[in-house]
Amino acid sequence: MEKLEIGLAGNPNVGKSTLFNGLTGMRQHVGNWPGKTVEKKEGTFKYNDYEIKVVDLPGNYSLTAYSIEEIVSRDYIVDEHPDVIVNIVEAANLERNLYLTVQMLELGANVVLALNMNKAADDKGYKINADKLSKLLGIPVVKFEAIDDTGREELLQTIVKASKSPNNVINRLEYGSEIDEHIGQLEKIVNEDISGIDAPSSWIALKLMEDDDEVVEKIKESGKGQRVLSEAKKIRGHLSGIFGDDADAAITDARYGFIAGLMQESVKKPKIDKVTRSDLIDRIVTNKYLGIPIFLLIMWLTFQITFTIGDPLGGYIEEGFGLLGEAITASLGEGFLTSFLVDGIIGGVGGVLVFVPIIFLLFLILSVLEDSGYLARAAFVMDRFMHKLVGLHGKSFIPMILGFGCAVPGIMATRTLENERDRFLTMLIVPFMSCSARLPVYTLIVAAFFTAYQGWVIFSLYLLGIVVAIIVASIFKKTIFKGMSAPFVMELPPYRLPTVKGAIIHMWERGVLFLRKAGTIILAVSIIIWALSSLPIGVDYASQESVTGQIGTALSPIFAPLGFGEWQATVAIIYGFLAKEVVVSTFGILYGVGEEATTEEDAGFIAAIQSLFTPLSAYAYLVFVLLYIPCLATLATIKRETNSWKWPAFAAGYTFVVAYMVSFIVFQGGSLLGFA
Amino acid sequence: MEVTKTMINTLNELKVGDSGVVVSFKGKGSLRKHLMEMGFVKGANVEVQRVAPMGDPIEIKVKGYSISLRKEEAKNIEIEIV
Repeated sequence: MEKLEIGLAGNPNVGKSTLFNGLTGMRQHVGNWPGKTVEKKEGTFKYNDYEIKVVDLPGNYSLTAYSIEEIVSRDYIVDEHPDVIVNIVEAANLERNLYLTVQMLELGANVVLALNMNKAADDKGYKINADKLSKLLGIPVVKFEAIDDTGREELLQTIVKASKSPNNVINRLEYGSEIDEHIGQLEKIVNEDISGIDAPSSWIALKLMEDDDEVVEKIKESGKGQRVLSEAKKIRGHLSGIFGDDADAAITDARYGFIAGLMQESVKKPKIDKVTRSDLIDRIVTNKYLGIPIFLLIMWLTFQITFTIGDPLGGYIEEGFGLLGEAITASLGEGFLTSFLVDGIIGGVGGVLVFVPIIFLLFLILSVLEDSGYLARAAFVMDRFMHKLVGLHGKSFIPMILGFGCAVPGIMATRTLENERDRFLTMLIVPFMSCSARLPVYTLIVAAFFTAYQGWVIFSLYLLGIVVAIIVASIFKKTIFKGMSAPFVMELPPYRLPTVKGAIIHMWERGVLFLRKAGTIILAVSIIIWALSSLPIGVDYASQESVTGQIGTALSPIFAPLGFGEWQATVAIIYGFLAKEVVVSTFGILYGVGEEATTEEDAGFIAAIQSLFTPLSAYAYLVFVLLYIPCLATLATIKRETNSWKWPAFAAGYTFVVAYMVSFIVFQGGSLLGFA
Repeated sequence: MEVTKTMINTLNELKVGDSGVVVSFKGKGSLRKHLMEMGFVKGANVEVQRVAPMGDPIEIKVKGYSISLRKEEAKNIEIEIV
């Protein structure tokens, strides 16, 4: 079996992931690019006698060094020498898509051009002559559909064929005689002086003329670059004299000029653009008066669907775990092992699995919103608000929405923000979005104290999280992130009907991500809690004499001014740091109802909680749980995304202070106003 | 001989439905480069399609697709209205 490696490249929103999923199915591996914070997806599949490894490159508009993603893609093509680069392009948006294609050809990549979503191009009245385009570019051009199998076989045949006879079409690219001449001139010096850079010398010459920081740096490192660099500088000066603009602008113009030539020859467009379905939808969805109500309606629907369907499903899982605990107790009898299994493991993990339906549903809806193109409109509609109020990008809204599901994918989604400091600021406030792991804490305590106003109390917490995030962001914007502003440059892709398969894979990926971290962390935490609650040997399980009880008792006075100075409340807070939903299972274990799971229907458990708090202190406690230190998994994600311990440490420290302050205000203010 | 009067405006001044051609792009830096790569090159046709409900950002059609940008980012792009 012969091995091949192909890279999937293309602009964002062109169906790259759809093809990747279609080719590799579940044989995928998600990791990171070496030394980078960018996610790397790989997979393999078999085709005839070939075992083909597929690498999904980040979605890029260009291969300049504008973002880390662009550098990752560029380095992959240069360093890894994939047999074929499959460049997926959106047929209805060919002109801009070809800009990336041209840059990959400059790099000497063996490109197969795959035209996707041809139906949409037909609808717009575009007639694309693939053969003509193929002849002009000198590379294979295939029409296919990523969402089904249309053209898949031809695409695969073409890929295999291209791997046997690589295309090198650098000479076909034209930038106009002036620029072409200087590329040749500089290329000659590069060939003479520079060795050890594994990229076409014409590309190096072109990048130097564009004054590309990365390439200039590499040339400097090579030690023999003085002549090349000074010549490049001279050429840049010369070109800007001729074009009346920077050399890199002239080169960008020239690339689009070359593409305009290709378009002229191979694509027929109607004289007047047809009004598309997307246009019609946008007239309503981004309408001056309807845009914001529609946005709010969709957010409201998201939560209604998630919880009205998700809650009953969670109930079934809950029952299942209850039965499992009973079965274990029945077969093993009371004892040390039973206590470990039922109190430690089932009590902890069961408390998480109960919320699996909610999390999966939420991610399903979010992925539909994303794939349909609506999330980009949400950012468009909300940008002014975000920008004026907190100085953030409309795109920051997306990570924050995801944060309502779980802060971990929310923080991962900050990758869509190009400006690094904007990204960091968004990461710092995403944990204030009330994630689904906090919901069990709310439902438990709300059921004990606020039966008449359950929905409103929970809603107020969500709202409070948002308000605190806004206030904190505007403070940071004026202090540690002073003087920054990220541009709002975002494509509004055409609306598309999301595919069931795409939405499910999306949901599955994110859901499993939550489960994996929940599964491991929660299990570990449950065992630690169980052990600390059982030690020193001889104490009653989870009594005040246990290690847990002692730690809680020692720290509890700190929280007395917030209304919850009892040791049980403090212990739950301590373990909630490891994962917020553990607050519930901690109560469960502390009150010895772990095996029943911790439900609002359990009268004994509810009574125990009621003895611990007053309604006011219960609310202050909920506020504290909402705002205090993000869970360990969130902090670990922040660490990974910022590649530094500084940010997670800062996030942990400042959120504790904020939580303490707000809870203090709620409790003391509430007391002054006569609440109890 | 008749001289046709051309109107030069910056992109942020255009109203919904206005269209024109990019004549120059002022300023420097990576944002400018990025926007040029997204299609705002000299001679490109642009059309203002929409303004967000709160008055900013704006949606522009360029190179056959839709992109949104804030007015403050659009003000460096000079357009000849046609």
